[in-house]
Amino acid sequence: MMQKQGVIYQGYPSEEELSRIPGVPSDERIKKGPVAFIECAQEIPCNPCEEACPFKAITVGKPITNLPALDETKCTGCGTCIAACPGLAIFVVNGSKEKAEISFPYEYYPLPEKGDEVDCVDREGRVVTGGTVLRIAKSQKYDATAVITVQVPKEYIKIVRGIKRLGRS
Amino acid sequence: MRVLHHPILGDETRKTNATITVDGREIPAIEGEPIAAALLAAGIKKFRETPKHHKPRGIFCAIGRCTDCVMIVDGVPNVRTCVTPVRDGMIIYTQKGLGKWGVEK
Amino acid sequence: MKNTEIAIIGAGPAGLSCAVEAARAGAQVTVLDENLKPGGQLFKQIHKFFGSREHQAGIRGFRIGQNLLEETEKLGVNVLLSASVYGIYEDGLIAYIKDGRDHTLKAKKIVIATGASENALAFPGCTLPGVMGAGAAQTMINVNRVLPGEKILMVGSGNVGLIVSYQLLQAGADVVALIEAAPKIGGYGVHAAKIRRAGVPIYTSTTIKEVLGEEKVEGVVTVSLDEKWRPLEGSEKEFRVDTVCLAVGLSPLTELAWMAGCEFTFIPALGGHVPIHDSNMETTVPGIYVAGDVTGVEEASSAMEEGRLAGVACAESLGYFEGQKALELKQEIWRRLDALRTGPFGEARFRAKNEQLNARRKLA
Repeated sequence: MMQKQGVIYQGYPSEEELSRIPGVPSDERIKKGPVAFIECAQEIPCNPCEEACPFKAITVGKPITNLPALDETKCTGCGTCIAACPGLAIFVVNGSKEKAEISFPYEYYPLPEKGDEVDCVDREGRVVTGGTVLRIAKSQKYDATAVITVQVPKEYIKIVRGIKRLGRS
Repeated sequence: MRVLHHPILGDETRKTNATITVDGREIPAIEGEPIAAALLAAGIKKFRETPKHHKPRGIFCAIGRCTDCVMIVDGVPNVRTCVTPVRDGMIIYTQKGLGKWGVEK
Repeated sequence: MKNTEIAIIGAGPAGLSCAVEAARAGAQVTVLDENLKPGGQLFKQIHKFFGSREHQAGIRGFRIGQNLLEETEKLGVNVLLSASVYGIYEDGLIAYIKDGRDHTLKAKKIVIATGASENALAFPGCTLPGVMGAGAAQTMINVNRVLPGEKILMVGSGNVGLIVSYQLLQAGADVVALIEAAPKIGGYGVHAAKIRRAGVPIYTSTTIKEVLGEEKVEGVVTVSLDEKWRPLEGSEKEFRVDTVCLAVGLSPLTELAWMAGCEFTFIPALGGHVPIHDSNMETTVPGIYVAGDVTGVEEASSAMEEGRLAGVACAESLGYFEGQKALELKQEIWRRLDALRTGPFGEARFRAKNEQLNARRKLA
């Protein structure tokens, strides 16, 4: 049987879904520099991302079940929204350099260290490429959610969404 | 197995400071934790046997509702181990059927 | 016999929120709970809550629990722990057991906030040690910091199944797979996405055929279901696991409401038989209120709002508010509740809660 595509079947948004939700930036914007990539595809009652953004680049409005809409001209890719999202569904991608940079929330023990070579995974948890940890941001405001930035080959900018949990065989 | 490190809750700060005896075997425990937690930490999953068919039972609900986790604790049968706190020196037995009053020798 | 103005049964999110609102209004409040610690199931919720700022979105559940406890302490609410209420009788008489002894408490208003319990599922091997409620596993890892097993199969893709799977991974276990009998995932996609990118497969249209093992769980055989929910022969898969967690819904803990003579209505979307109540959370028995999952299974955020509503309404009926103050507070709470019951996931609950209110109007 063919696996049906889409968040309600696979547990993550399909390419087609990502192409029509308002939180995903354009390819042109991604090439210019860091920008939020909001993989929120279902109308759930939730809006902390809107309030978290210091640049008012994310709008949910009323009702709070609206999908978050990204204003890619206002977004600076600062990443404040990443740890604010209770669904851990916001990433920051940067396609302006020779290699792609992807920031994502991470809530496992232990954390990697800056400079570590890590296994990078796609939305199904498959290891698709190696990557280098560029930054690990922690803050009291993030409340135990770390934000990790990895550097990966450019073709993985829309594929890599995390790293394999460390210390697992 | 105890969760010693946790990304959200941080490192475990409590120390095992009590010993309970389960079917004659001494097990380290933390005073005040549910008996069932100490048993799971020690790898014990079978808490009792059913009266008729002698089938094993373990923890199911962990909130004191289902009574699948009852054991004989300090001579008292049918004690819900998921909501009964550990005290140092407790003598615990796997409950067979409806259990018996009094500490087995 | 002791006396109190408002007795609240259950010190979970609904009960504590109720206590805070009523005590803030000036009422004398006593909360009874059969557990060793207050907070109900809030302290095992270590994820950040959804909603908006007014629902405390973005704050982890156990921190909301800590804040609620601090508030109840500040307001001087009397919380009786290890107190199992076993009966509600006429004229606001409550009977409970504490320290092995019988006690009674007489209250002008009673709020039943007893929550819900996890459903079981029948299959060969379902009674083996190692088969447990997902909430039970969550209590073990997040409250007691003990892993119930190392290799887990999760049954059920509602938010409980998805969230507990994630938290089992956080505690260091391996979730080998999550299975769901329905053809699609029931809970929030964002919760599903977290465990998918951690490598947990989700098999829809799949159920348990049997659990293997003599003394404890040693494995599980799953089977796919066709569009009519019939097992497909030859589709069996075997997983080596030591634990099977069941996240197949919850049922309201309604015994005390039945005993008190409250009228019920049957609403499957809310978990089955639920007590009928009005927009003040008052049941068909004057002076007896309900709040939280006992009125229909939702989530902690809505339980807290319903608790606040019952707290304001009780205090109001005792004369603690002047002018329009109570109505203003209640309108705010109704608005916040409506906000949580919108969208494709919330609409069904919105309709179900309306059906419950309509049942009250029909009786009136």
